[in-house]
Amino acid sequence: MTDTSYDRAPGDESAPLETEESGSSGLLVYSIGLLLSLILTATSFWAANTTLLWEPGIPLGLAVLAVAQMGIHLVFFLHITTGPDNTNNVLALAFGMLIVTVVVTGSLVIMTNLNDNLMPPAELMHMQR
Amino acid sequence: MSVTATLDGVPRGIPASEAGPASKRIVVAFGFWIFLLSDIVMFSALFAAYAVLMRATAGGPSGVELFNQTSVAIETVCLLASSYTCGLMSLAIARRQHLLTYLAAAATFALGAAFLAIELREFAGMIARDATPQRSGFLSAFFTLVGCHGLHVTAGLVWLIVMMAQVAVRGFHDVVQRRLRCFSLFWHFLDIVWVWLFTVVYLMGVRP
Repeated sequence: MTDTSYDRAPGDESAPLETEESGSSGLLVYSIGLLLSLILTATSFWAANTTLLWEPGIPLGLAVLAVAQMGIHLVFFLHITTGPDNTNNVLALAFGMLIVTVVVTGSLVIMTNLNDNLMPPAELMHMQR
Repeated sequence: MSVTATLDGVPRGIPASEAGPASKRIVVAFGFWIFLLSDIVMFSALFAAYAVLMRATAGGPSGVELFNQTSVAIETVCLLASSYTCGLMSLAIARRQHLLTYLAAAATFALGAAFLAIELREFAGMIARDATPQRSGFLSAFFTLVGCHGLHVTAGLVWLIVMMAQVAVRGFHDVVQRRLRCFSLFWHFLDIVWVWLFTVVYLMGVRP
């Protein structure tokens, strides 16, 4: 029988930690994560300061790089996978991300809209006269 | 039929409905995972406040004048490296190696403390230039968001010291291992928050 009865705890490595060999593969996983994160961080700092790229696209590019680095951290440091033994962890994460998206984009959209509809101070002064 | 025990002491081949509650190791880590996600929701509100107030400088200093990207890059590398050494600590704990655990914990603590020292020096420099939280909406949001992350890092450093004392006194007891697992989840989570922080505050925040 190979089916597992329970979901894996968040942060658990996929391989059972009994053999000596899995310890070194764990080290490899963390090292790959560190290397990829460093590359993405360096790219972010470069993209923010360069004049080579199309200016208006840079904030979007930075957001994409941050999402990618978040994924790297989740996979290589927190060992979240798409496997069937990780369903609970991924579902909780997905729900958290949904709330985060609603809060951030909702606030930005509503506040921008309010700002746009607000009367400019000069016009307000004109009406009072 | 022979029932073989798995790593958690849970017999395999029994349907989940008949196997009883999951082991404490899984329940504790999952509960802490839920807490971390609720913490992320709190951070999302602070991020939203910062994004809304980013241009509300009220004639005071803006991000371009205040932020130093070199020190932010050093902070980022410190926190990333401490996340890595925290991972090495988890590996050492899984293999029950006391010396490696202490070494990795010391490296994690030193890098975390270096991060905090640079951040505090940056705050002190800003306050010395009259860029206090009372100055403008932008600065209130900035100090709340970055200060909240800094407080989390401080709490993590205190937690790490407590955990090392527990390892010294009780060894790799089951309870201690569960707490160490929660600590490493917390520490990796703080690094994820920092990724968004440096992207939104220090890189996007200085764009015209």
